[in-house]
Order: sequence, then structure tokens, then C-alpha cells
Amino acid sequence: MIDAPANIPLPVRDALSAPYWDALDEGRHVFQRCFACDNAWLPARRECPRCLDDAWLWEAASGEARLISWVVYHTAFHPSFKERLPYTVAIVELVEGPRLISNIVGVDDPETLTIDQPLELSIEREGGMAIPRFRPRGS
Amino acid sequence: MRGAVVIAGIGHTTYGVHEGRSTVSLNVEAIRRALVDAHVEKDAVDGLFIKFPTSAIEFTYGQKVAEAVGLQPRIGGVWDQGGAANIGMIMYAAMAIDAGQCEIAVISFADNPKTGSRGGITKAMGPDEVFGWFGAAAGYAMIARRHMQQWGTTRDQLGAIAVNARTNALANVHAQLRKPLTLEEYRGSRPIVSPLTRDDCCLVSDGGAAVVLMSAARARRLRVPKPVPILGFGQGQTSWNVEQRPDLTSTMAKASARTAFAMAGLRPSDIDVAQFYDCFTIVPIMTLEDYGFAEQGQGGAFAANAGIGIDGQLPMNTSGGLIAETGMPGMQLIIEGVRQMRGSATTQVKGARNCIVSNQGGIMHTHATLILGEAS
Repeated sequence: MIDAPANIPLPVRDALSAPYWDALDEGRHVFQRCFACDNAWLPARRECPRCLDDAWLWEAASGEARLISWVVYHTAFHPSFKERLPYTVAIVELVEGPRLISNIVGVDDPETLTIDQPLELSIEREGGMAIPRFRPRGS
Repeated sequence: MRGAVVIAGIGHTTYGVHEGRSTVSLNVEAIRRALVDAHVEKDAVDGLFIKFPTSAIEFTYGQKVAEAVGLQPRIGGVWDQGGAANIGMIMYAAMAIDAGQCEIAVISFADNPKTGSRGGITKAMGPDEVFGWFGAAAGYAMIARRHMQQWGTTRDQLGAIAVNARTNALANVHAQLRKPLTLEEYRGSRPIVSPLTRDDCCLVSDGGAAVVLMSAARARRLRVPKPVPILGFGQGQTSWNVEQRPDLTSTMAKASARTAFAMAGLRPSDIDVAQFYDCFTIVPIMTLEDYGFAEQGQGGAFAANAGIGIDGQLPMNTSGGLIAETGMPGMQLIIEGVRQMRGSATTQVKGARNCIVSNQGGIMHTHATLILGEAS
């Protein structure tokens, strides 16, 4: 994998989120699963937002997901994204349930995407970090 | 509590640019004007509720405003619910008056994002800046896209919201944007965060606005001219960030309206005029649905077909709303609701007896509803 230079703000790794980014570094996308109530979620939290228990573990996602919604930026609200315009930001739902903000890559015209279409994980490296992005399944 | 508390006075600064002026100063002017309008002496005010400026959060900001107006309120403070806070605070003030905690309350808001910092509306949303997830517009665009694809809402239907706001602002001398917009021009609007374009977005404004509340009985004793009764109010807080929200196309606005309608003893068909929070054009369309004026998914068709203009089924945002009067978060809608109920609006709905007002904040995280009755 080519490691692109980091010209965008990279996520802050803290004690809670470090295992998430470490797993991506090893090629796995993970989410949290509650021991007590089986709820699955992202992003990292200390307590399950459903039953409030603090006993959970990291579980590997299959990489399959669907597109909940997406937008195409034609204006950069941060200078480092100017050269990436237009770019796509999406709400992605993993088949295991958790939802996250991500980018859709591997699409010529993002206006032709459709809600609920199947996606697959595409880990990309920037600035020494592995970033979880998604592409249309089979593309 | 239906009708027990009235809005006795309204006041605001000019909307637009206030170079070099503090938000405290803008609050003071708005409060001064609202007190004059209510015919109330400043020292009679014993409740002071402030929505903090979105662009610069300050600790104990309510006390700074209280100091600047020389008051020691019995109750008050800053209550954060984002853009739903102005109606939220009217609710708390009305309940405080009803509970004997204060007699006359002022609710005020001021901000200066046009000449000051826009950080409040362009910042990264949560920890996802690595994906380029910046700006309030993008959150609303995410909701608009899902609504358009799931329910068939069209760009032209969003455009009906923008065209109506711009048309109504033409007669309003206070409006910041008095430039007509045709649907044709709307179609050519520059994309910001697709599917939203420049003409889908509200203004950025400096300014301040305030209202004065008291009991209906006190307003009669003080001979307040044209007090406007508060018939109902409600709130609902969706809370989840956009990406975590199980359903993007409906919010707790539904619960908020249900509570307000039940308190007022009214139904959507009883409402003659609406002032709906329109920071982005998708919002009033979803409010029409969540409030029960249209079926889910039919808010856009309602706006485009049933009509939201002065002669439509539900005249909406008669002073131009956030899109054309001022981008300030919500108090201008309450003030226009009061004008409609006094019969003094520049685009007056003839014979209007009930007005509904919505406020909402974050990316539809919070919602509040106010139902006003005809001035007595």
C-alpha cells in the first residue's frame, strides 16, 4: 500500500481509539460489541449507549456495508481539502450495524450513487495512518 | 397554562453587519427596544434568559448581559439547545412565571458571526475531519440527500422554500436580503455541498433580538398594547449525531409539535400562518411533515403545490426567515409570529388567529415549537 503524505488533519489517537486505528493498520476494521446486551457501535465509547455497561470488546467487521446517504463537497471548509474538491463524504452502515462517517472512493460521478447500495471497505494510507474508506461493492 | 403567559414586547437591532460591536451591546439594544415595545420599565424585569452567541461561547455569559443592563434577576441564565434555545427559553420563562419564580422575563439573543468568527458553523463535525466532514451545511445536505432519494423530494421543491422566503422579504424593510429569486435562478445556484446550493442556505448575520414575557393578568393590569398569548409549546431532542440517527428523514420535531398542539388544544388545520426554522431549505419541508401538515415524504409537494405563499394553504416565513430576513437562529421567527398575531406584519395574513413557530438546533439535534394566539 502506498503511503500518501498527510496534508489533511489526521485523527487524534487516544487510549480509547488506539485499538481501532491499530487494527486498521493491520488491515482489519473493528467496532465495539457489548458483552451485556450484544449492542454494536462506533465510534469508540467507554460505555454501551444502549445498556450503559462498560464491558465490551473489539470485533472485526466483515467489510461489507451499505450507503445511508452522501454529500459532494464543492466548497472546502478546511484549506487542506481544497485540492481534493469535489470530494464525497458518506454515512456508511456496516452489515454488523454500526454507522460511521467515511468517504466513497472509486466512483467517477458521485451524483450517480444511490441510497442503500452495497459498499465494501477500502483501507487507504495517509500520513502513516490507515483510513477506512468505502467503494461500491464489486467496483 | 394555555394563554396564561403573553409575549408583551418584541425588539431587535438592524440585521446584517455590526462591525466592531460586541454581542453584549447587541443584546442590550434588543432588550431596550423590547422593553419600550412592551411599555415596561427595565427595573420591573426579574427574569433574564439568554441564548449564548454561537460563534463565541463564554462562561456565565448571561451574567455579563445582566450586568450590562443593570439587573439582578431572580431567575435566568444561558440554556444551550443550539438553535432551539430561543423557544426553549420562552418555555422555561413561561413556566417560571406560572410557578411564581419571576414576574416579567426577558429572553434575548445576539451574535456577530458576519464580522466576527464563523467557527461555529464551519468547524469539523466531531472527530471525522480526516474525511473532510466540515460545516453545518454538509450535515443538512446529508439529510436532504436521503430525503430526496427515499421520498422523491426534488430540487424544485426545495427551491419553493427559497423562492417563498426571498419573495416575502421584499416587503420587509428589516430584511438583510431583499433581492427576488425565481425558480429558474434557483436551479442555477452554485453548489456548496451537493445536493445543497448557495440558495438553499441561510444568511450569516450580526444582530440581536429579544422578547418580553409576563402573565396575561399582569399585561391587562399594565395595559400592555396587543399582548400575544402563548397557547402551547413543546420540545423534542433527537440527540444522535446525523450518522448515528436511525432515521434521517424524521426527527423529534414530531414529539415537540404533538406536545404543543395538545397544550393549545389545536390541530394543524387550526393554524393560519407558520414561521418555520429555515437554516436550509430541507428543514421546513421536514417540519411540514413532522408537524402533521403533510404526510411523511409529502412536505416538498405541499410546499410546491398546496402553497406556502401569502395566498397558499399555509403562508410560511412571512418576513423572509433565516434565508432572507436574517440568519440569526430563531428569534426573528418568534418576533414575526407576534407581528402576525398583532396584525402588524408587512406581509400580513388577513384574519390570522393562530401562528405556529419552530426553532431547531445542531443538525436537527434539538427542536422546539411555539403556538401563538391572536393579540387581545
